[in-house]
Amino acid sequence: MSYDVPIAPGETPDEISVEGPQSTAWPLWEVFMRPKRGLSHTHCGSLHAPDAESAILNARDAYTRLGDTASLWVVPSTHIHASSDPTSMFDPADDKPYRHPTFFEIPDEVGQL
Amino acid sequence: MAVEHQVQFDRTIEADEKIEPRDWMPDGYRSTLIRQIAQHAHSEVIGMQPEANWITRAPTLLRKAILIAKVQDEAGHGLYLYSATETLGISRDELQEMLHSGRQKYSSIFNYPTLSWADIGAIGWLVDGAAIVNQIMLQGTSYGPYSRAMVRICKEESFHARQGYAILMALAKGTDEQKAMLQDAIDRWWWPSLMMFGPHDSDSTHTEQSMEWKIKRISNDDLRQMYVDQTVPQAHYLGCSVPDPDLHFDEESGHWNFGAIDWDEFWTVVKGNGPMNRERINHKTKVWDDGAWVREAAVAYAEKQASRSTKIA
Repeated sequence: MSYDVPIAPGETPDEISVEGPQSTAWPLWEVFMRPKRGLSHTHCGSLHAPDAESAILNARDAYTRLGDTASLWVVPSTHIHASSDPTSMFDPADDKPYRHPTFFEIPDEVGQL
Repeated sequence: MAVEHQVQFDRTIEADEKIEPRDWMPDGYRSTLIRQIAQHAHSEVIGMQPEANWITRAPTLLRKAILIAKVQDEAGHGLYLYSATETLGISRDELQEMLHSGRQKYSSIFNYPTLSWADIGAIGWLVDGAAIVNQIMLQGTSYGPYSRAMVRICKEESFHARQGYAILMALAKGTDEQKAMLQDAIDRWWWPSLMMFGPHDSDSTHTEQSMEWKIKRISNDDLRQMYVDQTVPQAHYLGCSVPDPDLHFDEESGHWNFGAIDWDEFWTVVKGNGPMNRERINHKTKVWDDGAWVREAAVAYAEKQASRSTKIA
C-alpha cells in the first residue's frame, strides 16, 4: 500500500509544523514487555492513558494480543532520562579493546579458557 | 555544526543504520515521515469502518469473533503508528485534527463500500495482501520507530490475509449464488487494490527523495508487480478471474503483465470524491465527539484517585 498518499494534481501538501501546541490529552507512557519468564522486560512502544492502571490495560490491548506476554511495565515518558550525544558519551569504551576476551591470543593446547 | 549533522545523518543512512528520534535529521526527512506515518495510521483507523460494517452480519459466530479480532488489530496498528509519528515531535491531538479536517488523508482503498460478505474476504486477501507487500518493504525503512512498528504489524497481517482467503475458499465451494458473489467482490476490489501502490514511478514526485532517504526501499511499480505476480495464481486457485482482459503471463520475464490502470478514478478518490470519502470522515468525527464523555470520565477518575492517594500520604 502506498501510505504516502500522493498529492493530487492541483493540490498542495499540508504544511507540517512540529512547533505546534503539545498534547493536552492523556499523558504518554512507555510500555515494556517481558515476553516470557526468564527474559528481561524490553521496550515495545508507547501509548496515552489517564493513569497507570488504565495504561496497563491499554498496553495489554495494544501490545499483547497474540498472547506472547508474561508481564508488562508502564512508565510515564517524562520519567525516562536518556543519554545525550552518542559520539562522545561512549568514547571511554573505544580505546579498551582488551576488555573483549578475543584480544588475548591463547594457544589451542591450553584448552577451554 | 549543521554540516557535521548532515554528514552524520548521511553516513547513518549510507550504512543502512536506523535514524532514531533524538538524532538530528533534515526538516524534509522529518516532515515526509510525519506525513507518511500519520497517513498510514489514519488508514488503519479508517480501515476499521468498511469491515466493521459486516460484524453484525457475519455468517457464523466464529467468523464474527474473527472479524472483531481483526478490526481490533487495525485499531492496534493505528496506535503503534500514531506513537511512532509522535516520536517526530507532533502531538496526537494535532494528528487527529488533521485527519478530521481533511488536511491529511488516508489510503483511498477505504473509500470504497463493502457491499457483500464476500467483500470482507476480498479485503483480507487483496487489500491486506497489498498492505503486506508494502509493509514488508517498510520493515527496512530508515526511521527506527517506523521500522519497529512495521515488524510488529507484519506479524499480525498474515492472520488478516489468511482469514480473508479462507472466507473466499468457503464461498468458492458454495452455491452458484455464492460463487457469483465471490467473483463480483474480486471484480470490484481488484483495480482499487492495484491503485493502492500509488502512481507509476514516472509520475511519483516523492519516490526519488524517499528512496534516497531509504524511507521507501522499493518503488511503487516494482511493488505492484510483485503483488500481481503473487495474487493472480491465488485468484485462479479460487476458480475466479481478475477483471483485466489484457492480463497475461509473460514467459520471458516470468511476470504477469497487466492492463492500464484508470488513473482518473484514482485521482477522483484521492481528491475526496470517491464513493465513501465523506461518510468515512463524518463517521470518524461523530464517534470522536460522541466518545468525549468517556475520555472526560477517565480523566476525572484518575484525578480523584490521585487526590485520594495524596490525602492518605
